[in-house]
Amino acid sequence: MENSINERRVISVIVLNESSVLARITALFAGRGYNIESLTVAPIPNSDMSHITIATNGSAKVMEQITKQLHKLIPVYKVIEHEEMVEKEMVLAKFPITEHLSDVGALCAAYNGGIVNVGKEMIIAMVADEPNRIKHFIEAAQRYNPCEIIRGGVVAIER
Amino acid sequence: MQMSGAQMVCEAIIAEGVTTVFGYPGGAIMHVYDEIYKQEGFEHILNRHEQASVHAADGYARATGDVGVAMVTSGPGFTNAVTGLATAYMDSIPLVVISGQVPSQLIGTDGFQEIDAVGISRPCTKHNFLVRSLEELPRLLKEAFYIARSGRPGPVLIDIPKDITVDIGEFIYPDSVDIPTYKPTYKGNKRQIEKAVEAMKSAKKPLLYIGGGVVLSNASDLVRELAQKTQIPAVETLMARGVLGAKNPLLLGMLGMHGNYASNMAMSETDLVISLGARFDDRVTGKLSEFAKYADIIHVDIDAANIGKLVDVDYPIVGDITEVVEAMLPQLDGIDTDRFEAWRNILKRYDELHPQSFVDSDDVIKPQWAIERIGELVGENAIITSDVGQHQMWAAQHYPFDRPRQWINSGGLGTMGFGFPAALGVKKAFPEKTVINVTGDGSILMNMQELVTAAEYKIPVINLILNNHFLGMVRQWQTFFYEKRYSETDLTFQPNWKALAEACGGIGYDVTTKEEFDAAIKDAIEQDKVCFMNVAVNRFEDVLPMVPSGGALFNMMLPQKVEGK
Repeated sequence: MENSINERRVISVIVLNESSVLARITALFAGRGYNIESLTVAPIPNSDMSHITIATNGSAKVMEQITKQLHKLIPVYKVIEHEEMVEKEMVLAKFPITEHLSDVGALCAAYNGGIVNVGKEMIIAMVADEPNRIKHFIEAAQRYNPCEIIRGGVVAIER
Repeated sequence: MQMSGAQMVCEAIIAEGVTTVFGYPGGAIMHVYDEIYKQEGFEHILNRHEQASVHAADGYARATGDVGVAMVTSGPGFTNAVTGLATAYMDSIPLVVISGQVPSQLIGTDGFQEIDAVGISRPCTKHNFLVRSLEELPRLLKEAFYIARSGRPGPVLIDIPKDITVDIGEFIYPDSVDIPTYKPTYKGNKRQIEKAVEAMKSAKKPLLYIGGGVVLSNASDLVRELAQKTQIPAVETLMARGVLGAKNPLLLGMLGMHGNYASNMAMSETDLVISLGARFDDRVTGKLSEFAKYADIIHVDIDAANIGKLVDVDYPIVGDITEVVEAMLPQLDGIDTDRFEAWRNILKRYDELHPQSFVDSDDVIKPQWAIERIGELVGENAIITSDVGQHQMWAAQHYPFDRPRQWINSGGLGTMGFGFPAALGVKKAFPEKTVINVTGDGSILMNMQELVTAAEYKIPVINLILNNHFLGMVRQWQTFFYEKRYSETDLTFQPNWKALAEACGGIGYDVTTKEEFDAAIKDAIEQDKVCFMNVAVNRFEDVLPMVPSGGALFNMMLPQKVEGK
């Protein structure tokens, strides 16, 4: 029965940089009823490929199907189901200027970040850390009355 | 050579060796049609509906094994073609469908007859392209044909904006294709094949489970050799009818929801399933937890995603059936065929206990009789297409198919209206064969406009309408599972079939007796005209055996026993 346990997994998909390739990937997830928790995409430097990182969840059987179905798409070059990875997610957060700059700064520093912009009314902070630590950061940030928090989605690299 | 995009399309079709294209013109594809008018490399058949064009190209592809080509215009022309694409996709049929699109600069503006064709067709094509520039058109045409026919075959859509068909540029049709991200696996893993062969040698009750992939791979002769050499009994799926041949003593029949008793029992009791190009469809497996419960499973499939999708597999082999079976055969030298004799005898007894039978009648034509009768009258000289419903199952159960590509039907999608246009494609490919579309009074009306096409181009296919004045399969379920509430399935109101066929330039036959049946078939074969053969059959005949949806394969509703059979 261990097959049916839902687990969070991160997959990297290397694809040809062509029109509608992202639509093919997301349509596959939608059409076959798989979840997307987060998705990031950017071109790979000095190549005609792009790197898509998808955080998803499902049983081992579902994960195997996701990997195989992604592979079947013509523009998909490689699918990596991450096992031993370094995983990071970036977050931008906006706080009112009335909050203590030093407190916000210390909080962000604890999560690999800092204050990146201070305006007349707002402080903007950035942190980059593992997804579960990001969750903690967002919880901790609540006491400084954030006006807006934007998560960037996961990127991962195999160790 | 300098030429327009439209000319490039025609040149590519000719270079690919396609002799017949099915289609329907319209605004966005007009430049291509203008070039079709000027060329002599292929014939174009004007169907009377785009869905029929794609089904006809599909029938052509299924009968020949080559890529079928259909051509449609943008917007409604394309959307009408979607059912055809989905039908081909579900059965892995190689097609290239070329659709016109509004001019590039109008894309995204909701232009007249604009629709997002690549968006709509994404889940029902193997791949699709929106052509962005004239420069890439020759390469994309080449890739479309290559992708359609290689690996696990499938339909490919190529959507061409009108301005690109007008533009003039250099045409060099590539000799080969190199898509770095697409490299199908043909050769099975050597070690896995060895292990599978060992499993076959040590099994007690092995069973060959033969699917449509064997037909697609043109591996029927090899699979016949495999069965012969090992003396392992075999079952065929709906898509594999004809692979072993009806006369093969090792063939138990078709398995699944309407499989025969021996086939379904064999699958329930086997200790080793040797799956060749089958995909464990729910209509085959019934309740998954009871399916082949006592068996290890060897699964050979060119599509890795099919393996382990529904059942856990012990010996996965990704590869082309031809290459894998070729590798298996020499390793099976000296296999002890007596080992399986007890198993074969058990299955033989099962078949004697509940043979594929029906109770015939002297008063009325039974649909099963009609199928068996055409088998006797035309047999191997015919290619049979079908629509979807009871008639399809009766044809699959009772026709003596003796070679692959003799049985052409929509198995995966189950598309009513498929059979008639598909028959046109088959007949264009094999004009010397008798082509019979086994259909029902429901299905045939879904593409009946093709009477006009068939009459115009003198494509004499026979539409054998097993007429029970019902949407019979739904009616059967209503009888069994809905307390006989025949909701919207009663087709008592009928067209005058004979007059309908004649009005469109064909021939009609109204058949109510066995004598009339024989006479009509004989007459229809000699005619050079399309016909509707309206055969009145008994209204309440059921397709049996039947495994109720979601039930275990061994729990079959069985037909009444026939005395003396």
